[in-house]
Amino acid sequence: MLSRTADNLYWLARYVERAEYLARILDTTYRLTALPLTYVGTSNEWESAVATAGCASAFFAANSEANEETVTEFLAFSTDNPSSIRNCFETARVNARSVRTALTIEMWDTINGAWLELQKWGNGPRSREEFARFLRWVQESSLRFDGSAYRTMLRNDAYWFSRLGVFIERADNTARILDVKYHLLLPADERVGGPLDYFQWAAILRSVSALTAYHWVYRENVKPWLVGDLLMLRDEMPRSLASCYENLVQNLDRLGSAYGRQGNAQRQARAVRARLQNSRIEEIFQTGLHEFIDDFVEDNNQLGTAIAQQYLM
Amino acid sequence: MFDEMRGSEGTVRPAYAELSHWLGEVPPDVLDFRRREAEHFFRRIGITFAVYGDPEAQERLIPFDVIPRILAASEWQILHRGLEQRVKAINAYIKDVYGRREILRAGIVPEDLVFQNPVFRPEMNGQKVPHDIYVHVAGIDIVRVDAEDFYVLEDNARTPSGVSYMLENREIMLRLFPELFSRYRVAPVENYPDELLATLKSIAPPTASAEPTVVLLTPGVYNSAYYEHSFLADKLGVELVEGRDLVAKSDIIYMRTTEGFKRVDVIYRRVDDDFLDPLVFRPDSSLGVPGLMSAYQAGNVTLANAVGTGIADDKAVYSYMPDIVKFYLGEEPLLKNVPTWRCRESEHLSYVLDNIEDLVVKEVHGSGGYGMLIGPKADKNLLAAFRAKLKSDPKNFIAQPTLALSTCPTCVEEGIAPRHVDLRPFVLSGRDRIRIVPGGLTRVALKKGSLVVNSSQGGGTKDTWVLDG
Repeated sequence: MLSRTADNLYWLARYVERAEYLARILDTTYRLTALPLTYVGTSNEWESAVATAGCASAFFAANSEANEETVTEFLAFSTDNPSSIRNCFETARVNARSVRTALTIEMWDTINGAWLELQKWGNGPRSREEFARFLRWVQESSLRFDGSAYRTMLRNDAYWFSRLGVFIERADNTARILDVKYHLLLPADERVGGPLDYFQWAAILRSVSALTAYHWVYRENVKPWLVGDLLMLRDEMPRSLASCYENLVQNLDRLGSAYGRQGNAQRQARAVRARLQNSRIEEIFQTGLHEFIDDFVEDNNQLGTAIAQQYLM
Repeated sequence: MFDEMRGSEGTVRPAYAELSHWLGEVPPDVLDFRRREAEHFFRRIGITFAVYGDPEAQERLIPFDVIPRILAASEWQILHRGLEQRVKAINAYIKDVYGRREILRAGIVPEDLVFQNPVFRPEMNGQKVPHDIYVHVAGIDIVRVDAEDFYVLEDNARTPSGVSYMLENREIMLRLFPELFSRYRVAPVENYPDELLATLKSIAPPTASAEPTVVLLTPGVYNSAYYEHSFLADKLGVELVEGRDLVAKSDIIYMRTTEGFKRVDVIYRRVDDDFLDPLVFRPDSSLGVPGLMSAYQAGNVTLANAVGTGIADDKAVYSYMPDIVKFYLGEEPLLKNVPTWRCRESEHLSYVLDNIEDLVVKEVHGSGGYGMLIGPKADKNLLAAFRAKLKSDPKNFIAQPTLALSTCPTCVEEGIAPRHVDLRPFVLSGRDRIRIVPGGLTRVALKKGSLVVNSSQGGGTKDTWVLDG
């Protein structure tokens, strides 16, 4: 397969995943801002949304204040923000057009259909209701894309590269949520169990659609270290770091055996997986959650680079 | 005025009898519904084209007309033989121009028309190409003015496009109108990609393996014909590459793959000569591959079409085509040429200046209907502007009479009405033989009375049916 094709497939999947993640962040932020202040504290949720999306510096270069209007515009509809939902779909479609031949009709249909639909939203929705519908639509588009890839693609290198894109992006997103909200998870905090934290933790879980899963796994109230455990170390949780790395290792192994060659990417993925497997949540909290996540994000980026060097150029 | 359904007299011609019945029976709203269904389908699959110089409409649909254009088997026989003859002559002519130059020495085509032509490629002088074939894919534009005569309007010998519409139009017609197909025996066109692949494999360099690696080279997603490039690559089952995917090493072309470099034998290129190799042609081109020409000249890779084929489809050279056919094949041309005044010749120029309001004036290197004057439709200012252009740069123009192009029934706002059509069949030349799939792209001028069928100028397309036996 052409390296450029693999590159396009990989980024196509990443951008669709990213669009969904942004929609989840916005959705969660709306819920939080809808609560009375005493429940959520005085922190600016919109600022936190921008940080979670990983584009704080670009945002404040263009805006002086983070509020509903500016953040919604920037994260969802801006043409200047390369990672806005609009641009994610734009870029995804450009990538998809370049690799039409490697996509199934169903996948192309989803991306092209989403792009056409996006044109209808013009400069953004006129009401909160409409916006809620927009966010649902973004998430559905991503689900449909993922589903059509899963159900219609041949299980060959094209599929494996697109899966790598999904899981690298997803791991990055989950780590980023944890990083921005890590102060909430620190159990030393006085206010543990207060309504403020409860809703914030619930929001974290909701933003990775894990709230229900949490209850099924732990059958307990929402507790910070369990939230950390679920999102980092539990491989039955599809958005956890552990699960992402389980999938990354698997897909890289398939590529390795199809091409008859292993490389840095395979080694790096296995090393990160081993680290996650050998970690216990108590130790992570003791040695520093922030440091752990920082290291992880760095490792994850390195894997991205290794994949690019080994296959995509 | 000749209508392909009703002839010149108004009586329905035999090939159209069933269609005429059917059009009488089918309720107008059904036709309209199907038309919208077709449009929806085309938009979903993304079969769009870009219009240069129109940022608002970066991706547009070419309007599709649901009423087919029908050719009887006997009509196709004439075309088939004529096309084969024409393309054979074109290949012989290009070989000669870059080789022994007999036609120039015989004084049939003037030397300066060749040597001072910007599309003449001195790099090709004395260059051998596999099996002496230069134009592997030709798109010959045909028009007709009556029941008997077919005229060639243009020979597209560089990178002709439109074949994806031929294929997709048939596909959509089969989906939308199965009942109509049950009344006709229509020759299939769906084997075109197989024929194309066979052609491309047949011209692989002698050093290639038994299963040569073929790729399709595209300028990229922003090219107006990108949809077609990806569509064809998919149907051919070959990689769709851009210049940056290829690399030349020791005069061999490789593509960058996830498993390392892989050797390429045949490049079906949809990139113009000028952009193929920045080391030889335009140095600012980022679409090409540095070193490609050197590998080509070493005979390690075949380009389809060959470099320098523009010397055959230039509109000034066009006027010599009947002589070219006679010179190389010793036969009378089966397809007619539209009488053409070459403004480079002073007598012709003065005729054109005197009669400009009755003529069509075209730029020698123009395409897509750009930079063209239709005398009878132009106002005084435009005529004056073209007169000035002609005087200042006569070599750059030819003129032709306005032909009364045939019409074909077409769905338009006010119902079904005749509109002017042309036809672009695709001719494939390989080592073993010439292949022509029965059919082609019919373009239709949707505006009443308009003769311009180009998609960039508001033209549409139709499915073209060649009846079997």
